[in-house]
Amino acid sequence: MTVSATAQATEVTTGTVTAFPAVEPTRAVRDTRPLRLITCGSVDDGKSTLIGRLLWDTKAVKEDQAATLRRDSGKQNDLGLPDFALLLDGLQAEREQGITIDVAYRYFATDKRSFIVADTPGHEQYTRNMATGASTADLAVLLVDARTGLLEQTRRHATIASLMGIKQFVLAVNKFDLVGYDRARFEQITHEFRELAISLGVRQITAIPMSALKGENVVYDGKASMPWYEGQTLVEVLELATVRSAQTVGFRLPVQRVSRPGESFRGYQGTVAGGSVKPGDSVVILPSGMVANVTKIITFDLVRNAAVSGDAITLVLDRQVDVSRGDMIVSLESQPQVGLDFEAHLVALQSEGIQPGRRYWLKSGSRRQRVTANPFSQLDLKTGNWHQRTGVLAMNGIGKVHLSFDENAVFDAYEHNRTTGAFILIDPDTNNTVAGGMITAKRSSVTGLRSDETRVVLSLPADLADQLMATELFSRRRDETDLLRMTASEASQIFEDAAGGI
Amino acid sequence: MPSTLPETELHNPQTAKTPLDPHLKALENEAIHIFREVAAEFDKPVMLYSVGKDSSVLLHLARKAFYPGRVPFPLLHVNTGWKFAEMIAFRNDIVKKYDLDFIEHINPRGKAENVTPFTHGSALFTDIMKTEGLRQALDAGGFDAAFGGARRDEEASRAKERIYSFRTPEHRWDPRAQRPELWNVYNGMIRKGESVRAFPLSNWTEVDIWRYIQVEDIPLVPLYYAKERPYIERDGMMILAEDPRLELLPGETIQHGSIRFRTLGDFPLTGAIPSQATNLEEVIAELEIATVSERQGRAIDRDQSGSMEKKKREGYF
Repeated sequence: MTVSATAQATEVTTGTVTAFPAVEPTRAVRDTRPLRLITCGSVDDGKSTLIGRLLWDTKAVKEDQAATLRRDSGKQNDLGLPDFALLLDGLQAEREQGITIDVAYRYFATDKRSFIVADTPGHEQYTRNMATGASTADLAVLLVDARTGLLEQTRRHATIASLMGIKQFVLAVNKFDLVGYDRARFEQITHEFRELAISLGVRQITAIPMSALKGENVVYDGKASMPWYEGQTLVEVLELATVRSAQTVGFRLPVQRVSRPGESFRGYQGTVAGGSVKPGDSVVILPSGMVANVTKIITFDLVRNAAVSGDAITLVLDRQVDVSRGDMIVSLESQPQVGLDFEAHLVALQSEGIQPGRRYWLKSGSRRQRVTANPFSQLDLKTGNWHQRTGVLAMNGIGKVHLSFDENAVFDAYEHNRTTGAFILIDPDTNNTVAGGMITAKRSSVTGLRSDETRVVLSLPADLADQLMATELFSRRRDETDLLRMTASEASQIFEDAAGGI
Repeated sequence: MPSTLPETELHNPQTAKTPLDPHLKALENEAIHIFREVAAEFDKPVMLYSVGKDSSVLLHLARKAFYPGRVPFPLLHVNTGWKFAEMIAFRNDIVKKYDLDFIEHINPRGKAENVTPFTHGSALFTDIMKTEGLRQALDAGGFDAAFGGARRDEEASRAKERIYSFRTPEHRWDPRAQRPELWNVYNGMIRKGESVRAFPLSNWTEVDIWRYIQVEDIPLVPLYYAKERPYIERDGMMILAEDPRLELLPGETIQHGSIRFRTLGDFPLTGAIPSQATNLEEVIAELEIATVSERQGRAIDRDQSGSMEKKKREGYF
């Protein structure tokens, strides 16, 4: 939505707008995937008002819904707009208690793009809901009240969002009308937030002064009140944000099902979770390690000459190999980790917490297997520091755990692939989802070996290492090896240190 | 063993069509992923098929998901006996054309007790013929997963529903005890008797549905397109006056006008809108400037706010 709507904005600020924004036919051109975002803020930061404003100003609220709203709320705010919170809180319990208790998903679109908003509760006890909403989000909008500035809750939300892999943040400095549109105040809050974001390793930050209630710098600009603000409105930022993609270069296809419509056909169906594939490519089936070549990529519409991350496809291989649901078909030259021991970040989602030593079901992609999770460190959300701590990881807690499997597991690190590095834990007694997890690393397999076994540590140019790893021999014994990628100078430092130590 | 497509299956019907834009492609991929996941994880899935536009899109996606194989589960139509006649004719054609396994269920109690929307009111009629009928059909078939075409943008309580929506053996939905759903990792573990409703179209909006129908050239019941049709006005709704069971009340007269339907259900409970949109392009053009939500024509949603949540708790879709 290109914004030249100073007139609209002025109208809004004068408080006379009770009618709908002007309706103009828009031809939707969607040349990008929908952007998924999460909104977070404390209870009174005006989150519902912001989302309501987004839906309202992009015309996602229809007249009959607005009429129901007006009927239900019976009151209107001083701008003559309905109580947006009622639009959002769809469950009876929420209406009765006046709070949001669950993640809700909202949809709106501009003529440039469409958006899916995960609307999550602000209360501290709902960290788990925020983690759920953040798991699929490309971008996080963090709300703060301009009068109070950053709160402990802001740090908490920013930490969770960044842990869940969100790299793009918008800081919405809301209720800006209530601080007299004071530019210095905006700059002060923005500066504080930048320091916080840097401590979390987040670099893509946009700060916007806004009044969600008055509709300033949400969809329409707020130049009438804040002529000094030259930046984008929220919607402009969202329109230009990038969608997450699987960062790994290697092809990944978690096999969902084997299609055998006739004796002569066998195809492996799944959604590409990283990289790309074309006929003729050599692939490895994990965890078995068997190698085959791709002959065809089939979809309903056409036999394709390539498939990329996100595509739901049927893959045909050139030879009969044993592939079943839960296996992963991957590129030969860039493979995920296979092993019995991994480390992960975990968010505990249920009141029982995560019990050390207890056996859970783990589901990742289409694969489900037994695992024990042993917490060894916990994140203090107030300070952002990690503390060594074993024992139960309580509900809403974020911890680091060791995962031990009975059978080989296949993962990428979550920072490399948000699909093949993510998993849930399921309680085998209740069948409930009790944790969400993100793989950080494979635990060194060396620890599992006899200590007197001879090992060789090699430092190779990356291209040579890739060629060696692409061989069938290497691929078969991949899980006996350890791999670290680094710069040449780091490698030489390690060798120097090691030589000094001996 | 040579891996080739069976000769007869090697159809390539739509290579010349406009490719999907990235937005619709992403929605399609997600829906196919959900179809495959449910089909692989559950013993006995079924797809609820209501003959409407969302069901038509759902069926199209199911055919894509399992191609070159057949759709590996039956379609279930919970009929009330009060559907538009054109819906039933269309349904029978589709089932034949796509070689689908098909089950129709009409609540025998409702039939025996002659439950009608006129005699029992829309709320009770819906409860018996739809909610109770659906429960009967799911129990009779022993289905442990049922696909539905519900979308989160339809109604406030739907906005909170999971893609895998867990149901007790009594088919109840407890909105406060929903399983968290992270990434696209779905938890399909249930005990015997419990079931899951799966919603592949959760993230689609009404505009997405119409644009997808257009690009993919999906056949629809003609009632979605405007035509000169007879109707009466009742309770602020335009009711189609074709079925002989519709009795005119004092003061009501049959009028004629160019009308169409935004949603399809039971003819006495589904209101038409005046429209000149006789084809898809015109329907979409109308939609993009529409200021009224599609469920506005549905009598069952209007009883009270939160009435959908109440119905869903009791087992309605």
